Amino acid sequence: MLKSRPLKALIFAVCLAPAAWLGWRIWRMDLTANPLEFITHFTGDWTIRFLVITLAVTPFRKLLRLPDLIRFRRMFGLFAFFYACLHFATYLWLDKLFDVPEMVKDIGKRPFITAGFAALVCIAPLAATSTAGWIRRLGGRRWRLLHRLVYVSAAAGVAHYYWLVKSDIRLPALYGLLVALMLALRLVPGVRGSAAPRKPAAGSAYCGSPASTGSERGLS
Amino acid sequence: MARKLGEQIPYSEITPKSVYLNRRAFLAAAPAAFMGARALLAAPRFQTRRSPLSTSEPPTAQQYVTHYNNFYEFGTAKDDPAENAALFKTSPWSVSVDGLVKQPRKFTMDELLKLAPLEERVYRHRCVEAWSIVVPWVGYSLGALLRQAQPDPKAKYVAFESYYDPKQMPLARESGIAFPYVDGLRLDEAMHPLALLCVGMYGEALPPQDGAPVRLVVPWKYGFKSIKSIVKIRLVETQPPCTWNIANSREYGFYSNVNPNVDHPRWSQAKEQRLPSPFKNHATQMFNGYGDQVAGLYSGMDLKKLF
Ligand code: HEM
Repeated sequence: MLKSRPLKALIFAVCLAPAAWLGWRIWRMDLTANPLEFITHFTGDWTIRFLVITLAVTPFRKLLRLPDLIRFRRMFGLFAFFYACLHFATYLWLDKLFDVPEMVKDIGKRPFITAGFAALVCIAPLAATSTAGWIRRLGGRRWRLLHRLVYVSAAAGVAHYYWLVKSDIRLPALYGLLVALMLALRLVPGVRGSAAPRKPAAGSAYCGSPASTGSERGLS
Repeated sequence: MARKLGEQIPYSEITPKSVYLNRRAFLAAAPAAFMGARALLAAPRFQTRRSPLSTSEPPTAQQYVTHYNNFYEFGTAKDDPAENAALFKTSPWSVSVDGLVKQPRKFTMDELLKLAPLEERVYRHRCVEAWSIVVPWVGYSLGALLRQAQPDPKAKYVAFESYYDPKQMPLARESGIAFPYVDGLRLDEAMHPLALLCVGMYGEALPPQDGAPVRLVVPWKYGFKSIKSIVKIRLVETQPPCTWNIANSREYGFYSNVNPNVDHPRWSQAKEQRLPSPFKNHATQMFNGYGDQVAGLYSGMDLKKLF
């Protein structure tokens, strides 16, 4: 069932829905009193959500015995990057008015911006190397190692969120907990993929994904 | 409706952009709008004269000012207070003025409303979060109230305290700051004519989310210094505590004068957004543009240290 193409299309549409909703709100100029804050928060929220969802795929496919969930991991990761780009573009355009020196100053000076930028810099190469071609070019081991950066990105994203709130830390703390949980689950034997026998095929390119061979390998 | 030239249009008749661009949503909201209109008819409209201290800049649409609030007692999201403060009980209400004064006293809301002629003061309002609005407040100079109590020569500061009732404000506990909200001014700041004891805006009584029934407006300082829903005013000898300063003294100083040259640790204060503009392209002015009137209060002070 998880392998059906319509399902993949449906999930793609669902992932795109927040962006569509935002587009609709922009079209109607219905952006609250503070459009900059509204768009920054909306896109930031969806970035961190997709990061957590992406991290959840591997533990969940083991826990739920649904190995085919792997089909969606790349899509979720790319959506995280997509929303991060919207988020960053909002900051660069509306907040900084494309004043790049001012932005660089911000990144150097303000820990929360430094962390956000680090989170973006960490997932950009993952998005760029998400294709089967790159898995082949890098080789599974190196590709897997590189893609562990997703944890660094998520942790930096959480630090970014934690440092930017004024006093109400409930949500950043929740995301921090979720990221820590996903990481912990990866380290638990039986949930961590590498504890299972690994097929020598190219499917091993997916870190900890013994069943992710065949159909999804091509990714093209 | 035909209007004579120069006659003021009531603020409630000025439609925010998001509404006139949204006829369909507007029609869907018609029943609610009808109820709202009835409420408006019931709300007292203040007879005011426009103060010469007003700016000529156009006021921000009322709808935005009433639905974009920092009032952590009623939740930390900007749209929380409009929703959660709707049933906030603001009557009966009284404000005590005591401490180092010759005439300590409690003022009922009725007494406060009659203590001095109500003026309309259109002020720029600059939030520490780098956005600003223009609001036609209703009230009179805070000094008029303080003089009634006759401050003692020993009094150097004024301490303010907001109302706090965990039963009416269940979300306050989760906000991460301590309540009741407190703040303070130096006595000479408090006696400055621009410092406004505010009971209304847009010609009407303050809505709960904007600090009903009585608040402070100190237009040359960041918005959080303009304490809401005041119940206690005390004249004291030493610098009183301020909620945001207690929460984070590195980020929020006692003075918190609007100052484009002193950044908040997390963002620049050089520019601001004039809401509802999405662009942070409005240059922030020293003392929020009230420097001519208030700079003298701070002569000789290092405002980078005493931010
Ligand atoms: C993977 C990368 C990132 C993630 C996960 C992320 C996440 C978030 C989240 C969750 C919020 C708060 C949303 C809310 O309060 O509802 C936020 C706000 C914000 N982010 Fe990011 N962000 C990322 C990258 C960046 C980058 C690269 C920049 C700019 C260089 C940036 C600038 C901001 C700003 C300016 C705010 C608003 C701060 C405020 O309201 O005080 N973020 N981000």
